[in-house]
Amino acid sequence: MNVMRRASVRTVRQVRRSTGLVDGPDGEVWNIDFTGHNSLTDNMAFKKAAEKPEPLYRVLDAQGECVGEAPDLTEEECRMMNKTMVRQSVMDGILYEAQRQGRISFYMTNYGEEATQIGSVSALKPDDMVYAQYREAGVLLYRGYEINKMIAQCMGTEEDDAKGRQMPIHYGSPEHHYQTISSPLATQLPQAAGAGYTMKLDNVDKVCICYFGDGAASEGDFHPALNFAATLGSRTIFFCRNNGYAISTPAVDQYAGDGIYARGVGYGIRSVRVDGNDIFAVHAATKKARELCIEHNAPVLIEAMTYRGGHHSTSDDSTRYRQKSEVDKWMSGPNPIKRFTRYLEKKNWWSKEDDKQVREETRKEVMAALQRQEKMGFWDPTELITDVFAEPTPALIKQRDEMLAHMRAHPNVYKTA
Amino acid sequence: MHRTLRAAGRRWLSSAATEMNMCTAINLTMKDAMRRNDKMVIFGEDVGFGGVFRCSVGLRDEFGRDRVFNTPVNEQGLIAFAVGLCVAGHDVIAEIQFADYIFPAFDQIVNEVAKYRYRAASNWDVGGLVIRAPCSAVGHGSMYHSQSVESYFAHCPGLKIVIPRGPYQAKGLLNASVADRNPILFFEPKTLYRNAEGSVPDEHYTIPIGQADVVRVGSDITMVGWGTQVDRMLGAASILQEEHGVSVEVIDLQTIVPWDVVTVTESVRKTGRCIVTHEAPVTNGFGAELTSTIQERCFLSLEAPIQRVCGYDTHFPLAWEEFYLPSVPRLVESAVKTMNY
Repeated sequence: MNVMRRASVRTVRQVRRSTGLVDGPDGEVWNIDFTGHNSLTDNMAFKKAAEKPEPLYRVLDAQGECVGEAPDLTEEECRMMNKTMVRQSVMDGILYEAQRQGRISFYMTNYGEEATQIGSVSALKPDDMVYAQYREAGVLLYRGYEINKMIAQCMGTEEDDAKGRQMPIHYGSPEHHYQTISSPLATQLPQAAGAGYTMKLDNVDKVCICYFGDGAASEGDFHPALNFAATLGSRTIFFCRNNGYAISTPAVDQYAGDGIYARGVGYGIRSVRVDGNDIFAVHAATKKARELCIEHNAPVLIEAMTYRGGHHSTSDDSTRYRQKSEVDKWMSGPNPIKRFTRYLEKKNWWSKEDDKQVREETRKEVMAALQRQEKMGFWDPTELITDVFAEPTPALIKQRDEMLAHMRAHPNVYKTA
Repeated sequence: MHRTLRAAGRRWLSSAATEMNMCTAINLTMKDAMRRNDKMVIFGEDVGFGGVFRCSVGLRDEFGRDRVFNTPVNEQGLIAFAVGLCVAGHDVIAEIQFADYIFPAFDQIVNEVAKYRYRAASNWDVGGLVIRAPCSAVGHGSMYHSQSVESYFAHCPGLKIVIPRGPYQAKGLLNASVADRNPILFFEPKTLYRNAEGSVPDEHYTIPIGQADVVRVGSDITMVGWGTQVDRMLGAASILQEEHGVSVEVIDLQTIVPWDVVTVTESVRKTGRCIVTHEAPVTNGFGAELTSTIQERCFLSLEAPIQRVCGYDTHFPLAWEEFYLPSVPRLVESAVKTMNY
């Protein structure tokens, strides 16, 4: 056995010297570029990770000190960003309680992740397309979607542009270039790859950003999304909000590799990991990602490390699977709003009065919208059959007429206008 | 056991026409669609070099790699990718290589494609999407190259399903599908690519979606089917006429959803008897939907129970394909029993 092994090693070296073949087989058929490197090795090494985990890009430290390169943003822009984070947080507080009081059926908060949302959307153009998962309401709020419309959607009233079709927080708005949210996880990722492809095809100054969580990144749709975007060349920013939890499932049960960042690299995608609670880092990375997408006609992956401050939804009680001390730790200093506020206060770009005013104004706006929507009617039941197709089919019309006849025959059972 | 099928098409009196098979008809129709709409994009697995059935030959050369391309091997991805293109203003013909492999895309089709317009109240839609897939028996396809999958999708609101029986129908229905502002599943019986030949007008035309075609007029019994089954029904109708003196009315449904209830029920009210037939397994196949609605609308006109002549409730077998299929002899036998009820 020893003799054989020595012989085979000698044979390889002899082949190399005699043919001058230093590099080994040409990798072209495998789409692997070995230029400048040996494509062969005598060292059998099983590797499962890079030598160290990828660190988080950060600009503001946990005390709100700028320790990196601040993005080129004006006072007005920074105030708008902080104001939006605060508004989102205030709205979340009121609507969460509204659900507890039975005024809306369901709600999901964004606590702790405001910077991932507003930091990124503020770095994009207003008509860049957004595909989101469900914890990105701040993106829509930043773009100017009315709180009244959000609450109309949550209650499914006649002021809901989507005719009350979906559960709360499933927002969408063509005017704000925000695709309608759907409940199945990660389905938006390969769709975003397709949308980003058109931006290359049409050669327009646009990108598509796609938000998703650490849990959604385990879904089957994640794989073709990145693979298609990379091979076909999509101007898509894949933005992962790694908040440590998928409902009750912690990250340790979700993946074994170096987070979602390493997968981007694995697909041949320019990838970066950022401190998702640092609004400047998120903003800078997204701005750069946008440039890279357009320059290279290729996707970019951003893994924003953050923390889910609230429960998964109003149907969840996270005290059953995590410690309050952990939540408190993440929602104190490192919290995105607190951090950015400290930074802005030091620059005299934000004051305690500003904070109080924004909170009070937002509270009034949300309460007024809630009260308005509670008095609002609903879309007519004849709308049940519309939008299944562009035009209702004969079968649907027949079914609608049967439904209406049934309703009219039982006026005590069905409340109709 | 293949023979060249002459698809019974309408006589086109005025314009020029060309003899061709169904594969060529589809290829030329896609070429034309791409020329008419420079925002149309075609992709799927192996579509670039012409496709495993040659339906996309020449498209990449004419329209370029940006508009005609191969995707990686992933059906859920390619359907979702198509969704993204559609909502960003493009039209897409997405090809699934075999209908048997459409299932990874089931979530995207049912939960996304079908619901996109409804959940957004038409603020967004995927109307520009046509999904093409070869389906049905081919003689040697066995379990994973022979399935007819229409009934899985017919159950889902928001999808239209179209199945051509020959080249003339393929061009007209595919043109209509491209124009239709709803997502459409266009299932092409793969044996008909080469085996169905006919005269196809050179000019652009459409066949309305949702309209059935009475292929043979008759008075004693109605047979309803689609795709490859149409030729089998016609074969059975000839035998029934010649050997049993039974006059069969043969209907090609053409569109599965929304299906032409009026044409079919008018026919059954006239004949009083009905056979529904498809290759897919009988239980919960689309024939169940047809049977239920026909009996509901035509109850008093029926002289006999409606029969279903379909595949058995097994997976599609290799060695016993001829026994499995709803063949001409099975159709004849069922019709004779129905006449003697």
